[in-house]
Amino acid sequence: MAMLEIRDLRASVEGQEILKGINLTMKPGEVHAIMGPNGSGKSTLSKVLAGHEGYEVTGGQVFYDGKDLLELAPEERAREGLFLGFQYPVEIPGVANTYFLKAAVNAIRKHRGEGEIDAMEFLKLIRERMKLVKMDEALLKRPVNEGFSGGEKKRNEIFQMAVLEPRLAILDETDSGLDIDALRTVSEGVNALRSPERSFLLITHYQRLLNYIQPDHVHVLVKGQIVKSGGKELAQELEQSGYALFDENAA
Amino acid sequence: MSASSDTINELTRKGYEYGFITDIEQESAPPGLSEDIVRFISAKKEEPEWMLEWRLEAYRNWLEMTPPDWAHVNYPPIDFQSISYYAAPKNQPKSLDEVDPKLLETYEKLGIPMHEREMLAGVSSGNRNVAVDAVFDSVSVGTTYKDKLAEKGIIFCSMSEAVREHPELVRKYIGSVVPRGDNFFAALNSAVFSDGSFVYIPKGVRCPMELSTYFRMNAGHTGQFERTLIIAEEGSHVSYLEGCTAPMRDENQLHAAVVELVAHQDAEIKYSTVQNWYPGDENGKGGIFNFVTKRGLCEGANSKISWTQVETGSAITWKYPSCVLRGDNSVGEFYSVAVTRGRQQADTGTKMIHMGKNTRSTIISKGISAGHGQQSYRGLVRVAPTASGARNYSQCDSMLIGDQCAAHTFPYIDAQHPGAHIEHEATTSRISEDQLFYCMQRGIGAEEAVSLIVNGFCRDVFKTLPMEFAVEAQKLLEVTLEDSVG
Ligand SMILES: Nc1ncnc2c1ncn2[C@@H]1O[C@H](COP(=O)(O)OP(=O)(O)OP(=O)(O)O)[C@@H](O)[C@H]1O
Ligand SMILES: [Mg+2]
Repeated sequence: MAMLEIRDLRASVEGQEILKGINLTMKPGEVHAIMGPNGSGKSTLSKVLAGHEGYEVTGGQVFYDGKDLLELAPEERAREGLFLGFQYPVEIPGVANTYFLKAAVNAIRKHRGEGEIDAMEFLKLIRERMKLVKMDEALLKRPVNEGFSGGEKKRNEIFQMAVLEPRLAILDETDSGLDIDALRTVSEGVNALRSPERSFLLITHYQRLLNYIQPDHVHVLVKGQIVKSGGKELAQELEQSGYALFDENAA
Repeated sequence: MSASSDTINELTRKGYEYGFITDIEQESAPPGLSEDIVRFISAKKEEPEWMLEWRLEAYRNWLEMTPPDWAHVNYPPIDFQSISYYAAPKNQPKSLDEVDPKLLETYEKLGIPMHEREMLAGVSSGNRNVAVDAVFDSVSVGTTYKDKLAEKGIIFCSMSEAVREHPELVRKYIGSVVPRGDNFFAALNSAVFSDGSFVYIPKGVRCPMELSTYFRMNAGHTGQFERTLIIAEEGSHVSYLEGCTAPMRDENQLHAAVVELVAHQDAEIKYSTVQNWYPGDENGKGGIFNFVTKRGLCEGANSKISWTQVETGSAITWKYPSCVLRGDNSVGEFYSVAVTRGRQQADTGTKMIHMGKNTRSTIISKGISAGHGQQSYRGLVRVAPTASGARNYSQCDSMLIGDQCAAHTFPYIDAQHPGAHIEHEATTSRISEDQLFYCMQRGIGAEEAVSLIVNGFCRDVFKTLPMEFAVEAQKLLEVTLEDSVG
């Protein structure tokens, strides 16, 4: 069964249609990359999949593990293993990063009918995952994303992903804002988490990321539609020729 | 946008947990205020003549005064002749063992420990016990750990008892920080004050446990006029907490309190309040009118007074816990979290009066408004010509939940010494849809997300509360802001 199946998905924001019939199927264990010009609807797609109330689904269907994803509340989607690494992670003043993560871990455990995580076990888990993405311990005690640099915020997203162990991770431009070394560590972290049961949807502007994380499929999103799909060589093609070609096709 | 703000509005509407009424035989004074009523109250409390005279003087003073109208709150004029000024359970116990089981049950329901042994068994954390004075309408119905405290020379008892047993101390200090004619409500309180706590910490003594008073208003059509006096002698230290609840009633009830603190040289008083009076229903029917005068005098050098308040209840709150920093190097602090939702209105803040040299004050105020809540921060920082080297730091943050509530900030600064160093910061924020979505995307439900964000907002204040009460305050905020019914 497909991990994610998007059929002719249409969505609008503020009355304006942004997604104009998206089709995409991901199998468990696959890594897909979505590339496309600014404003083409990549983040919109990620938010619609995660259930943001500000976006109205006007048509189509989405199945996650065979279930109707659009029926679920955002927190239920998360508890079912859908993770979104945000392009612009928000700050939550006064709430310690660890406290926040623990609330998330416990919400997911409760959903699975498990008890709250014990303090020692939690500490062990975050220590271990911190190493995986070389996360600075000081960031854990600070309030969620507050005063974090752009790169620190992105790394924190990947760290949260590593702790929450989702089955479908959508990473929206997690590579933007990372320095060269950070990009490598974060990519290594993602690769370490790759497994036959886990799928990744990477949204990126740069072929560079795909050198580190080899995708199974690459899709080009232009003006709310996927105009071309292919293997990882498609990313290289784009790097050279840009989107101009597709733009006309889409129009 | 609208979907999320609906969720938030939904979340901030929630019932009041402590609204039950204790069915107990009470005796009360007939409604109305006159010299006879003042005499009646004084006689009920078997007070000495000087106390009655003091009350009568206050009463005559009050007759000449008018209610303050400068606060940013709206309410119909209070008919002071329709209120009963005294109510007490009929059978007054002589000792803790004789307290009416119905009363004990009431306090149990409210989560207030009235059994000393129960507390010893480790209800409170870190081996620290909490001594409790329980005030039910106009009288104290019991005080725990009195004997244990007496061993250290600490006096912890009801105000009524203090007037009888320690008249020299009461006479010396009552009205010394909040004079009888200070304001309309203070004058009223001075005339008819019912009960409250009296604390005296002798020289050099560090109070071995938290002291707390729990105020419960039960009787209908009755006002509560709490009077509390805390004296910390040279080099002593005390941490005190007050909590308050009341039944849900359709009528508005008046609570007009006066609290006076005196800290002598090198003494420290930490006064924390968790106020959860009935706020009225969502249409603004019923609820407590809370008009309170709280003031601390840092009388001696190097003394310190901190006020921490978590205000979630009352239909109207009018309250400005203040510090008069007379001693050189004395320190005043005010940490406040106030929540207004439904039709609640709060005008609250503080006054820091710098008189001594090198006096310092800190003000951290966090206001949260939801529903149709109206909230104002009103703060005064005054630096007298004598207060060289005075410093103040104020930070007032407001958080708005939904779009029908409002927050206002009125900081007044009166610096009469050119060297005064005064810093003021203010912010207004909202829980953004994106913050909520971020939490929910991590699996955290909307209710928990709101309380998480609000708790984060209040962190600077909560961390100043004694540990046991910080947890209580957080929980209170959760039940206040969550819709655990729906
Ligand atoms: N909340 C919103 N209100 C108004 N317009 C919006 C909103 N969200 C998205 N849009 C519009 O939808 C279009 C697609 O935006 P989206 O963020 O999905 O683009 P993107 O492909 O992620 O671009 P980028 O590469 O710059 O991140 C843009 O024109 C954007 O302005
Ligand atoms: Mg984007």
